[in-house]
Amino acid sequence: MKYWQQIGVLLHKDILLEWRQKYAISGVLLYVAATVMVVYMSFLSVEPLVWITVFWIVLLFASVNAVAKSFLQESPYRRLYYYTIVSPQAVIASKLIYNTLLLTILSGIALFIYSIVLGNPVQHLALFFADVALGAVGFAACFTLLAAIAAQATQNAVLMPILSFPIVIPMLGLLIKVGKAALLGVANSDTYKDLGVLCALDIGLIALSLMLFPYLWRD
Amino acid sequence: MYKQLTTQNWWKYLGVALLVYTLIWGLLMPVPRLPILHETIRNLFFHVPMWFGMVLILLTSLAYSIVHLRRFDTISDVIAEQTATVGLLYGCLGLFTGMIWAKYTWGEAWSGDPQQNATAVGLLIYFAYFVLRGAIDDDAKRAKIAAVYNIFAFFMFIALIFMVPRLTDSLHPGKGGNPAFNKLDLDNALRGVFYPAVLGWTLLGMWIASLGIRYKLLWLKQWDNK
Repeated sequence: MKYWQQIGVLLHKDILLEWRQKYAISGVLLYVAATVMVVYMSFLSVEPLVWITVFWIVLLFASVNAVAKSFLQESPYRRLYYYTIVSPQAVIASKLIYNTLLLTILSGIALFIYSIVLGNPVQHLALFFADVALGAVGFAACFTLLAAIAAQATQNAVLMPILSFPIVIPMLGLLIKVGKAALLGVANSDTYKDLGVLCALDIGLIALSLMLFPYLWRD
Repeated sequence: MYKQLTTQNWWKYLGVALLVYTLIWGLLMPVPRLPILHETIRNLFFHVPMWFGMVLILLTSLAYSIVHLRRFDTISDVIAEQTATVGLLYGCLGLFTGMIWAKYTWGEAWSGDPQQNATAVGLLIYFAYFVLRGAIDDDAKRAKIAAVYNIFAFFMFIALIFMVPRLTDSLHPGKGGNPAFNKLDLDNALRGVFYPAVLGWTLLGMWIASLGIRYKLLWLKQWDNK
């Protein structure tokens, strides 16, 4: 099989599996909804700057939970089977694409519920959507490899947040900064530079994941 | 390179000599009088080199993690682990010396300064590295996964150093219009102690790391013989 074909087949398999066991994906979506409701019931109404910060923190927690299970649903034996038939880059690439799709949908739903209950004070919507999209790609790129790392260790439920949170902080800071600019409608050249830096970070993380995953895979 | 350096002692003597010079001349030399800083400018020789030493030592750790993924040998993993320990130690010392200094200069031990925040997050990243090592039982597997995490973490650590100052303005001397030891303020006197201090503290860190490496290797050897 060719490389692209392998990615396609693996991606198809992941989506099919998710569709067959709907409880996993509904669990993640319900997690977002429940968290947003917790935030809403605690604040009732929020300042715009608190709005954006809390929104990203909700997304951060939901994303870590959503991505953490990517490598857990498969047994070591099935991993060994994949090892014999596909290249490791195809595995990580399919997981990256899958998690990006998942987190984009997740962010969309989170934003939808969040806007309904807490209102949407964003003034520069296009910039805000670009920010959320870059955030979804970046979180997927950052957490997928860390989920692969955590899946190799015992007690991975504890490991996943402590590995991911410190690493994602620079990205989260930039996302919130751009988000604030979009919220207040004060985008300037510095904001677009930040968007560029975010793109560069996303690309760097994806490249690093593709390079490092083969080492995790081999036993 | 590792073998040659541990069997030779000249760099250890050099490090000690530089540190003795730093301690004596760093505390005695006449320093420029600057507002806010005054005599605390001498912290340049003790606090700032911790940060430089930390980055240099963590860079060594990264290099050996890459070597480990090429060769899968025990020694590169031991070096990566022990240098990361010393990097963490220097990070803690840099943070604490900075906090004491900030208490008297900025009024608060924690003022939300970017460098301070970046160091704190950097420490979290490397503490997580050691928790990860502890969570894996198999030796070869632990070495490999720790190396992968170390490389991934270092990329984001560099991103952190460059990114965090973009987020808020710095309170540190020389940034955000604060007085400091740049070209305008300074004849090269401070530099004459600062550069030797950086080298001296880094060499001391390497010495500590090399002791740790030798101990760990002996420990592993004994474990194998049992």
